[in-house]
Amino acid sequence: MDLTWSADEDAFRAECRAWLAEHAPNPPLPSGDTAEGFALHMEWERKLYADRWAVVSWPTEHGGRGASLWEWLIFEEEYYRAGAPQRVTQNGIFLLAPSIYEFGTQAQQDYYLPRMAAGEDLWCQGWSEPNAGSDLAGLTSKAVRDDEAGGWRLHGQKTWTTRGAFCTHLFGLFRTDPDSTRHHGLTYLLVPLDIDGVTVRGFGRLDGDEGFAEVFFDGAFVPDGDGDPAAGGVLGEVNGGWGVAMATTSSERGLTLRSPGRFTAATARLVQLYRERGGSVDDPGVRDAVAQAWIDAEAYALYTLSDVTGIVEGRSPGARSSLNKIFWSELDVRLHEAALRLLGGESELVEWGPDGQRVENPWLKGYQFSLSGPIYAGTNEIQRNIVAERVLGLPRK
Amino acid sequence: MRFAFTQDQLDFAEAVSDLLAKECDPAAVRVAWENDTGRVPGLWSRLVEMGVVGLLAPEGVGGLGMGEIDLVRIVYEAGRAALPEPLSTIAGVVVPAVRDHANTADAERFLSDVCAGTSTIALGLAANPLVVGAAGAAMFVLEADDGLHLVDPDVVEITPEQSVDGSRRVSRVNWNPSSATLMCGPSGAAEALDRAATFTAAELCGLADTMLTLTTGYVAERKQFGVPIGSFQAIKHHCANAMLAVEFAKPLVWRAAYSLTQRDPDASLHASMAKAAASDAADVVGRIAMQCHGGIGYTVEYDLHLYLKRAWSLISQDGSAASHRRRVADRVLG
Repeated sequence: MDLTWSADEDAFRAECRAWLAEHAPNPPLPSGDTAEGFALHMEWERKLYADRWAVVSWPTEHGGRGASLWEWLIFEEEYYRAGAPQRVTQNGIFLLAPSIYEFGTQAQQDYYLPRMAAGEDLWCQGWSEPNAGSDLAGLTSKAVRDDEAGGWRLHGQKTWTTRGAFCTHLFGLFRTDPDSTRHHGLTYLLVPLDIDGVTVRGFGRLDGDEGFAEVFFDGAFVPDGDGDPAAGGVLGEVNGGWGVAMATTSSERGLTLRSPGRFTAATARLVQLYRERGGSVDDPGVRDAVAQAWIDAEAYALYTLSDVTGIVEGRSPGARSSLNKIFWSELDVRLHEAALRLLGGESELVEWGPDGQRVENPWLKGYQFSLSGPIYAGTNEIQRNIVAERVLGLPRK
Repeated sequence: MRFAFTQDQLDFAEAVSDLLAKECDPAAVRVAWENDTGRVPGLWSRLVEMGVVGLLAPEGVGGLGMGEIDLVRIVYEAGRAALPEPLSTIAGVVVPAVRDHANTADAERFLSDVCAGTSTIALGLAANPLVVGAAGAAMFVLEADDGLHLVDPDVVEITPEQSVDGSRRVSRVNWNPSSATLMCGPSGAAEALDRAATFTAAELCGLADTMLTLTTGYVAERKQFGVPIGSFQAIKHHCANAMLAVEFAKPLVWRAAYSLTQRDPDASLHASMAKAAASDAADVVGRIAMQCHGGIGYTVEYDLHLYLKRAWSLISQDGSAASHRRRVADRVLG
């Protein structure tokens, strides 16, 4: 066991910290899940890309730095510590990109990855449908074979698509074998959203942002994908989409999306809030709740170090990544609950802060967003089933 | 950066685990419940032979000269087996306290005896109203306001009490601190509590793991309504919650042992985080285990109660979850 960083890693951290101190927007940007905020976030993403901070762990030819998993953790820690903006590109760079690296052709990798890193293409996820949420394999959106045109005609509807209203592309699952059921006969398709037969309708989210969308397909055409990748196509094998999608969801559940830096930075801010307000709020239990949030964030950070050690040494976390997802999402709710207790009667205020410096109430906003954590990426009820069945070996039926 | 045990550490722990699987099965623990000593006959000398008891003692007195991080996984294995021996207190707390603070002659004499397995030393920290294994102890390490004292049993008045865990022979002790017995000041006592909290946390993680293993085994076999009860989502979610609690406590416990080994300035904070999380985890897992076992878990014929009652004792020993959370709050929040 060695919980120290090497000189090279310390130097990498110093470089991250210096760059972020100089460039991270202050005051913070408005939410990237609004039309106005989204444009500002795209400017930020281009700045990250220009200085090669957008995708540090990717190879240099795709816009990264070839950083190790440890360096990625350091970057994330510094990123959240600096209070730098949410990553509006995250569904592409954290969820789709690992699948493209694993299943994509060379042409797909070379075309999509640099454009994704540069923020030229913005990807949203097309999993959920009105009648297929937790039961993803129950999806009914279909891709009908068009032999003459050499591709697929899409029909159906995806929904609760994060930032769907602003994105340029969608990755999702479609039923390509009409005689199939459940997770068989599905294909993972890459779909430009500006083609004929696609309609995107944005709608408001609980937290007041407008980033959600439903996406309708009415005969939109996607080619097989062995030609020009710009037109979209199949990722992986036709009818093999479930395996590709599961590779993506495990990265969403596991390490790659929710780096511990996010929670250690949030609890550091919570501690600051406690120091400012803990003495004046009439809530004897809140001190304990703040301490518990701090302990939980430490536990999550250490658990992640253990996971990364395992990955580096060739031990995959596998279904244990579901434990990880349950823990961070519920920790996120608890730490924001503690913050709202500290705000007391002011917790309901949408804008908050001293006169002249009023900002969108970050704790209320964060609390509302945290409530989506136990739902997205597979509800925590589904995750608990996965832990029980695949890690603890309980009978499925 | 590497947050994992070394292969040597894992191998050592596995060797202890193998020994305990043979010599400290539930039947052996039941013997300890019923006999005069509360211990498994012959087992302590086996642990002494393996070097476990003197793991933190210098090589010159028959120890292995190793660190807390080398011991913590072994103590976890002791917890898994509900080992009714004073391993974590003697190997984890008393040995380093005597090593670091007793005068040279005392240290050499007492550590040699402990490493040879010829005597034991009982521990009485201020956080605990009860002392385990007072009867038969060759010496006592006892905490008073001014620090830790090394006390001869002749001047300690022992009043036995009965623990819910039949293998824990607990007593109240009465004695008069004097400058002649003082071994170290309050900082040495605080360090002893940090070690005690860390190793008790490791035992609790082991106990929690065994209770969870018993539970997942039982619910996969037990049938109601024609199917294993483990196929019901309510049971699955209980088991997943139990696993969550213990799996996110362990990294805090391992880190606490690492920080003690490194003499990290935050070692005390880390020990408190570990004990808070492990006490809570053992409580959660114990209750889930009880509930998922149904009626069988509420009997003394079934083994669950051996682990459950040990956990109940250790949850508040060396500071409860609440007291350690308060220590974390004082340190982090000011």
